[in-house]
Formats: sequence, C-alpha cells, structure tokens
Amino acid sequence: MDQSQIAEVVERYLKGEMDSQEKQAFEEARKHNPELDQAVVEYHFFFEEMVRYGEVRRFKSNLYDTHHTLQENGEIKELQLTAGTRIINMWNKYRRVVTVAASIAGITTLFISGMITLFSPNRPIRDIEELRRKVSNLEKQSSNQTAEIKNFKSKIEPGADVKFGGTSFLIDQKGYLVTSAHVLKGANRIYVQSNDGTDYLAEIVKKDLNTDIAILKITDEEFKGNKQLPYGLGKSKNDLAEPVFTMGYPKDEIVYNEGYLSAKSGLQGDTMSFQITISANPGNSGGPVFNKNGEIIGILNARQASASGVVFATKAKYIQTLVDEIKNSDKEENIKVKNISSLKGISKPEQAKKVQDHIYMVKVVLS
Amino acid sequence: MWVTKNPHWVLKKRIVASQDQELAVFRAIGNNDKSAIESVYSENYALIQHFVVSNNGTEDDARDIFQEAMMVLYEKARQADFELTCQIRTYLYSVCRRLWLKKLQYARRIETQVENFDKLVPVEEDLEDHDKLTLQYQTMRTAMGKIGEPCKSLIEAFYVHRKNMHEIAGFFGYTNADNAKNQKYKCLVRLKKLFFAQYKNA
Repeated sequence: MDQSQIAEVVERYLKGEMDSQEKQAFEEARKHNPELDQAVVEYHFFFEEMVRYGEVRRFKSNLYDTHHTLQENGEIKELQLTAGTRIINMWNKYRRVVTVAASIAGITTLFISGMITLFSPNRPIRDIEELRRKVSNLEKQSSNQTAEIKNFKSKIEPGADVKFGGTSFLIDQKGYLVTSAHVLKGANRIYVQSNDGTDYLAEIVKKDLNTDIAILKITDEEFKGNKQLPYGLGKSKNDLAEPVFTMGYPKDEIVYNEGYLSAKSGLQGDTMSFQITISANPGNSGGPVFNKNGEIIGILNARQASASGVVFATKAKYIQTLVDEIKNSDKEENIKVKNISSLKGISKPEQAKKVQDHIYMVKVVLS
Repeated sequence: MWVTKNPHWVLKKRIVASQDQELAVFRAIGNNDKSAIESVYSENYALIQHFVVSNNGTEDDARDIFQEAMMVLYEKARQADFELTCQIRTYLYSVCRRLWLKKLQYARRIETQVENFDKLVPVEEDLEDHDKLTLQYQTMRTAMGKIGEPCKSLIEAFYVHRKNMHEIAGFFGYTNADNAKNQKYKCLVRLKKLFFAQYKNA
C-alpha cells in the first residue's frame, strides 16, 4: 500500500464508511502493523483539524457575507455619533412601508402633474435660466490669442462651431462623466477639456431629460484613465444651511465657488432637485455640488432668473439611478460609482486641489 | 479621550427574547446557520460599532472586533460543556470590550464602559480558549498556504465547500471521479506532512 492508499483507507475507517467485515479486517491489520496504527492516530487528529478548519472557514465567510448584505440593505451604516440614531433606526424599520407609500405618492404626483401639463396653458414666464454657456463671438475673439498658443493641443477642427459649454465631472476614473443633459442639447460632437487644457472626444452614454442628467464616456484613444477619484456620491442626509462648494468652467479656466444649501426642493417644489445659494454663471451647468466632506450631493443645472444667487441642483441620487439603468440595459458599460470620499476633514484649498483634475469642461459642437 | 456620549439605542426598548429562544439561536450559531448569524449580527452590530467607534476605533476596527467576537460565540456554541448563562448580547459585548481594550493595551488603566450597558460577564478563560483555537486554525492555514495549486483548491473544494467528487472532477477537469479522488489523496498526504511540520514548530 502506498501513502495515498493508506490515506484513503484510514479516512474511510475514521468516517465509518467500512462495512463490518472490512472493518474487522482493518482492525486486525492495525494490531499487527504499528505503522498503520500510527497513521490512524495521525490522521484522526489531522482530519479533526481539517474539519474544524473547513467549518471555521465557512463560518468566517458567512460572517463576511452577512456584513456585506446588511451593509447593502442599509442596516449597517457608518456611525455618526451626533446624529439622531433613533431616527435612522426608525427609518430602517419602516423603510418598506415608507417606500411603498412614497411610490404610491410618486405615481399619484406623476399622474396629477401629467394632468396639469395636459390641461394647463403654456407656462407664462420661464423664470429659469439654464446655466449652459453660450460661447459668443466676442468671447471667442478674445480667447483667440490664447487659443492659438494652446492650438497644438486642441483637437477641435478649426472653424468648428463650438456653441455651448458646461461642466462635467468624473464618476468613474475609466472616463465616465456626469453633466447636465441640457448642456448637450443639439450636440453633433462633444469634447471635454481637462483642467490642463487637453481636449478629449466624448460620447453620450445616456441622458435623462427629466432629471437633467447625462452620462458621458470619453472615447478618445489618448485618454488613459484618470487617477483614483477622491470623492464619491454622498449617501448622508443633507441639511439646510449645510455649506457646499462647486467647481466649474464659467470661463476658460476652472472656478471655485461656495455657498450653502438653502432649500430641500427646487423650483416650485421640485423634489428632484434642491436649492442652493451660490454664485453660479452660465458654464457652471453640470458641475458637481460637494458638501463639506467632499461628497457629491448634486449637479448644478439652473438658476432663477428673477432672483440672484438662487441656483438649483439635481440631487445626486439620480446619478445612481441613471447608472443603474445603464447597467441593466447595457452589459458593456461597466460603471462603478464610489460612495466613499477621501476629502473629509481637510482644508478647502486642499479639497479644491484634489478635485480639480476630475472636473472637465464640456464643449458642444453643433455643426 | 474615552467618549461616553448618551447612546440613544440603549434607551430604546428592546424586545428581549425568551431564554429558550436565545438558547436556540445560540445553538444555531454553532451549526453555522446563516439566518441565526444574520439575526445576531443585525441585532448587535450597532452596539459594538458604537462602543468601538466612540472609543477611538474606526469602522473597520468595529467590524473586525465584532467578527472576532462572533467567532468566540461560535466556538462556545460548539463546545458541548459550555452553558450560556447570559444573553447573547451581553456575552458579545463583554467579549468585544475585552478584545478592544486588549488591542488598545489600555486594559489596566482604563475601565470605561458604554453608559447604560453595565452588564458584563467574565470572558477571560473563553478568550484563552479562543487564542488556542485560533493558533490551531492558523497552523492548518499555513500548511494550506504552502501546498500549492491545484492541491489547495482541490482540498478546499472537498473539505471547506463540501463538494462531492463528481462536481470536483467536472470543475477541475478530471476525466472521472476516481481520478479526482486519487489526486485528492496524493494532496492529502502532502498536506498532512506540512501540517505536522508546522504543528511541531508552533
């Protein structure tokens, strides 16, 4: 008998898989063969350890899975020592009820708003100004000089009619960007320009006019992927008066602005967006709204024409919704959205420095 | 440094399971029952998380400490002569507290505890057992780490994931279950050698 045959016989013996005749013969052989006897003792111990090892491994993997599942369900979340944990617990407990109630409410709202749109006359005044930038002839001329210097980098064919500009930001370092859908209106070709002035060709992956969010993908061969994103989509609750900041391209270089969250709903109670008080200009459309921890909480899209400093931003959770839609419909686009931000607790200039390389100008070519 | 803020969750009334239910859950943990693990996990994680995070720990520390305490609970549940004399919650909390203080090496100096949770049971001996078992587990893990492929995957498939020889043969591309079985025993002989070599060193 060679070693592995011994192993097999001993395992069958120890597991009680032998019939009585075989067992008797084996025990007889064991009496006369001290080597076999030693093997049985060793394997007895070894198999016990092996079985325990297997069980501990399974238990550990169950623990790991459980943690993961509970985290996905939101039953485990990062602890905020100051926040009302009780409320969070209640939310967890009644989430299903709330979700059902909310969807019923949502459907009703959609129905009613549909009816209103159907029966009401055209909206009297459009008290809202989208923040995409018209690149006027005058501005173009003034920037011509700088453009010439930068020309070696620019891929946009000379004479192309760059009509509108906006801002976009990476949500996946592989080159997926988020911007406002209205920025891309009528686009024939889209370029995004990084903070260092390089243009990259981009394509629309999906846009949703309802939430005014679009997802772009940089298709340019020269784009080699960006370094890891320092920010993620915020999951925490947003509070009134919470300080926020944005970065964008109202002009040809990146501009930082800060303000605060002033209302939890947008124009005329639009719950898909919220209102912030910040100085924003055409060109800021599609820019990210960060909270003080550097989590993205929204996308700038419009300002109220009749008031100054009143700006609206689509809530960031709709980015996730759109990403999920893409995932479900198209297996090829593998967009991974981060939820963790590494900008917590560092100074504003540091935050801006880390963020700026991930914010791109959007240039829309109409012709 | 040792924050003991007023934790809202302890003020919340818990529906305390009857002792029988508690024991049934405890036994189920020993049988690696997934739903028991999930219920104990979801009922107690927040308590431990609060304790660790409010005592200079991170979210990751909280997870590690809690999972180690779950391991201790599992070991005790498998031990026939162990009797659970308190609630699972109290036991887990006592273990976590001990583990965490040990980790911080403040054990002698600081005896702080989360407010409103002053029930503690002695777990010193249980943790000594736990250290021994962990060492044994490590011994097998090191031996497994040395054996190389395909032996490692083959043995894990059989002993950890409890696949039968037919499944294993299909998965690893053996022509039939007997060939897979022969290979398994060859691997086992080598693993046994490695294991005992490791065991003598430890």
